[in-house]
Amino acid sequence: MSLAEPLAAAATAQRPARRGLSARLLRKPSAVAGLVLLSAILAMAALADVVYPLDPLDMVGTPFLWPGADPDFPLGTDMMGRDIASGVFHGARVSLLIGAVATLMSLVIGVGVGAVAGFFRGRADHLLMHVTELFQTIPPFLFAIVIVAILQPTMTTVVVAIGLTSWPSLARLVRAEVLRLRDGEMVQASIVLGLSDARIILTHVLPNVMAPIVVSASIMVASAILTESSLAFLGLGDPNIVSWGSMVGAGREVLRTDWYVATVPGLAIVAAVLALNLLGDGLNDALDPRQNRR
Amino acid sequence: MNRRRVRFWAGRVAHMALVVLGIAVVNFFLLHLAPGDAAQVLAGEAGSATPEYMAALRRQFGLDQPLPVQFVQYLANLLTFNLGFSFRHGLPVLELIGQRLPATLLLMVASIGFAVLAGSALGVVAARNAGRLLDTAISTLALLFYATPVFWIGLVLVVVFSVGLDWLPVGGMTSVEAGYTGVAYAKDVARHLVLPAATLGLFYLAIYTRLMRAAMLEVTTQDFIRTAVAKGLKPRRIALRHVLRNALLPVVTMLGVQVGSILGGAVLVETIFAWPGLGRLAFEALFQRDLNLLLGILLCSSAVVVIVNLAVDLLYTVLDPRIELAR
Repeated sequence: MSLAEPLAAAATAQRPARRGLSARLLRKPSAVAGLVLLSAILAMAALADVVYPLDPLDMVGTPFLWPGADPDFPLGTDMMGRDIASGVFHGARVSLLIGAVATLMSLVIGVGVGAVAGFFRGRADHLLMHVTELFQTIPPFLFAIVIVAILQPTMTTVVVAIGLTSWPSLARLVRAEVLRLRDGEMVQASIVLGLSDARIILTHVLPNVMAPIVVSASIMVASAILTESSLAFLGLGDPNIVSWGSMVGAGREVLRTDWYVATVPGLAIVAAVLALNLLGDGLNDALDPRQNRR
Repeated sequence: MNRRRVRFWAGRVAHMALVVLGIAVVNFFLLHLAPGDAAQVLAGEAGSATPEYMAALRRQFGLDQPLPVQFVQYLANLLTFNLGFSFRHGLPVLELIGQRLPATLLLMVASIGFAVLAGSALGVVAARNAGRLLDTAISTLALLFYATPVFWIGLVLVVVFSVGLDWLPVGGMTSVEAGYTGVAYAKDVARHLVLPAATLGLFYLAIYTRLMRAAMLEVTTQDFIRTAVAKGLKPRRIALRHVLRNALLPVVTMLGVQVGSILGGAVLVETIFAWPGLGRLAFEALFQRDLNLLLGILLCSSAVVVIVNLAVDLLYTVLDPRIELAR
């Protein structure tokens, strides 16, 4: 670590533009903490099948073993004798996957709507912004509940519900940025050159909106993980999959006596969401050119 | 001036009507997305209604008609405030919602009040100590609350304050068996309100803390603050009268944006604390597969969001006289 820091600083001094981003990110202790935490969770998700090859829904030990009581089950077992550590590892996979895919879906909708509305303005803008406002008015979590309830809870419907309800603020953000760029010299020059609208949007406008999109994406993955766990807590998760939220929900029944069953997976959610938020904050500072490097 | 004001509000109301219409379209679409035909959904469960009633329902909702006609029929029902009937509860949907709405509004006001007051206070303290240890501590705490799922905070608070310390009730809204009236009743409700309101409020407290801190730092750099400093006003007075008042604007804006999300959070909190509001009703409807009731709740919650946003617009013009009403 002590060797890496002066090197990173040197890299910033030499190449202030692109290379500077990772260096600037690494100089913020909170962003580094976020990266480390996120890497740990990613490693858990990747190694779930290696470390815990058995199905986390299987009964493997005596029920209600407290964390630390049996070295075979470091985080204890729940009321059905399921290994909580195994659930946390496999749950990491579910949470990250759902968070990532749902965010990808929101990104496609949000960036698409925002870019088209901002670039074409006029009637298209008017119509799309009305739709956006509509989606902002309907309480997003309730909306997601209704979608999952109507389509039956599976991993796909949960992803669709989260993706469909979390794009409006991104669309507004992208639209504002595109509107700003639209009158800039770069886009005007491209129009004069006779480039097609699609090409201008894809190659000239969107790359310049990337910074706020990247920042939003990391925050959106965090809130998607929260939403998924909340749905699972209410029993609206895929019944065949272990997720952190469903583990907390199951632990609720034994809260009075064995509160660790609900607490352990809850801590996992906090860690994942915290990591993504820290990373998002760090990216925001590192990508914002107006911010002084501190 | 007055004419402009009337025109502005007329425009807002027309806009509101458009949004409500849009929500109705979404609801109608969702109703038709459900497996089985809409009459089964409306009847709650296929088995809980007689065939005669199903036929009557189909006729009433014109399910043998083409889709556009059905939609007009649906809108006509909405305009006469007919949201259908819940067989599980044996009551019209609108009446059920009306019974449960006050509890949810009480919870919302309490938790938002707590979040805005405590969050703003923490944000002001953090901004005035920017860069120091206290600022870091407050910002870290805010970040932690922001990352913690609402339902988990609720469970932890129950374990600590109800099960462990036995200071506050585990759930419900009143101690029914005590039969309190008057002031004692209000006190009893307040005691039941503490944990749910704190649970729902803690997440938003984090948002308001961060927002207030950023707004305070931003406003501080503006010209009129420099003037106030030049006039020789005391720092405390500047912070409260000049900075705070202007920093409140983004907080009020946030309030409008957050209503929808708070209503969603209420489902979780009310489920955990058995708070007899709209959120708990939604949870019950979910489990009884009473989709029509669920859609009615979605519609009414959206209406609450629309109304609150209108109120926010009004508050905005009061807080900042520079804002022109007309667009």
